[in-house]
Amino acid sequence: MTKKKINAGIMLIFLILSVIVLFPILCLVIGALKPSSEIIRSGLNARIDLDIMGFFNFKSLFTSGTEYFIWFKNSFLLTIVQTLLSLFVSASVAYGFAMYEFKMKKLWFSCMLLIMMIPMEIIMLPLYKEMITFQLIDRFTGVLLPFIAAPIPIFFFYQFLKGISTAFLDAARVDGCTEIGIFVKIILPLMAPAFASMGIYQGMISWNNFLWPLIVLKSNSKMTLPIGLSTLMTPYGNNYDILLAGSVMAIIPVLILFLAFQKYFIAGMTAGGVKG
Amino acid sequence: MVKRIKQFGYSKKAAPYLFILPFMLSFLIFFLYPVISIVQMSFQSVLPGMVEYIGMENYKNLLNPTFFKAVKNSLAYTLITLAILIPVPMILACMINSRKMVGKTFFKSALFVPTLTSVVVAGIIFRLLFAESDGALMNQIIGVFGKSPVKWLRNGTTGFMVLIFLAFWRWVGINLLYFLSGLQSIPEEIYESADLDGVNTWQKFRYITVPMLRPITTYVLTISIYGGLAMFTESYMLWAGNSSPNDMGLTIVGYLYRAGWEQNNMGFGSSIGVFLLIVTLAFNAVQMYISNKKERA
Repeated sequence: MTKKKINAGIMLIFLILSVIVLFPILCLVIGALKPSSEIIRSGLNARIDLDIMGFFNFKSLFTSGTEYFIWFKNSFLLTIVQTLLSLFVSASVAYGFAMYEFKMKKLWFSCMLLIMMIPMEIIMLPLYKEMITFQLIDRFTGVLLPFIAAPIPIFFFYQFLKGISTAFLDAARVDGCTEIGIFVKIILPLMAPAFASMGIYQGMISWNNFLWPLIVLKSNSKMTLPIGLSTLMTPYGNNYDILLAGSVMAIIPVLILFLAFQKYFIAGMTAGGVKG
Repeated sequence: MVKRIKQFGYSKKAAPYLFILPFMLSFLIFFLYPVISIVQMSFQSVLPGMVEYIGMENYKNLLNPTFFKAVKNSLAYTLITLAILIPVPMILACMINSRKMVGKTFFKSALFVPTLTSVVVAGIIFRLLFAESDGALMNQIIGVFGKSPVKWLRNGTTGFMVLIFLAFWRWVGINLLYFLSGLQSIPEEIYESADLDGVNTWQKFRYITVPMLRPITTYVLTISIYGGLAMFTESYMLWAGNSSPNDMGLTIVGYLYRAGWEQNNMGFGSSIGVFLLIVTLAFNAVQMYISNKKERA
């Protein structure tokens, strides 16, 4: 076999794979443009029939007074707040681990590695009981508080900070800078590239988070977008117009961000790989 | 007092505790305490306003067909996704790594797109692609081959296939990128000197690529075990809720959710949690043992 033939074969494999991967999303978009009765009858497919297709589902999404945009707003706010908070807190923790020696540092560090291995789902029952005790049920604080000090960002920032030379920090100390001042004024700005990657990683996790918000949030007006969408999925299919148009609208902001910041997305989502 | 605070600000001894304090609190309140309390609750009957020690009763109740089904589903899902989603992306990554190919960037981005959709949206799409009518995409496709429509999500085997396909769809791109980032850290010279020695492609893959990729493989393995054992949302979305016909899509976490929230039986739910904790630790221990042994060899 010549090299050219191998190349063509590999290209063919990737072409087929890309079609398999993108086709379902295309079907979703086509489906969102069809009346819901058509979806109930035949599910999703790629058949384009201009006689029945139109933007009516999107129109009713905007005009029929559904709670969709409240869910959207909730998800948006939660994602922003959780991402900013957890990045700041994780950076502080990572800085403490990376730059100082202190008693039982190894033990605390192993605790962090342990959390990384154990799915949160295991302890969600007692966590839920704690949220009842703290009166955080049906509140956004309850959704994010337990996960602010997130192990993966901590670990990623730790690796990042380990790669920075610390010699110039002593110069800052001599100049009379406090330890917190060093962190806020010197280290945080240095961490900007790491923040970009982890911001995307953490943002994606919050935006798509499902099980824990499903447990904590009870009222319709508090729901996040994934939970709200899942409530529209009934066996009767009476909400399919909103469900499909809403699903498309849920992907669009992420897709736009991805196209604009592709490099950071790929770096952020594969960030964990650096740890090997 | 002000002087004290000032001194504290300059103290290199106190500073680290201040920086990692949020983690310490979070670990104690939102991890260690829940772990202790789930073990404790698993020996109790926890009803509103009444907690009673009942010994091993919850664990004895675990021995029922529904629980075995949930365990079987979770384990099968984990093992099958491991068997597909590690070798396939690894080989795909090797195929495009050092190759000058038209559309390489496009392929990388295209395969990444499913990672951007939430499991919820992915579940909605797949539920409707695999709908029962002959007009749904998958039934159209098999119709081309002359097969009659299949009720995909009502049959245990095909239902499970849909679950696996959904996992493949969501993860193949990101795992490929993990392996690509690993491949980029292997120095080109190793392959060049192997070429001089007349080593063939398979040997290069087996004796250079696979061992050099071990750190990345270990990482992908760890997150795949985690994701597989904790799987819940995929099944919840495909079957529009936590109950599927014959519990064909029930997972360990789904059973925990059923016991804890749908049936309000927190003690019994806790025993499921403890079981999952042990399984997770066992998987990780085996994986660490194997990768340590390989490293020494």
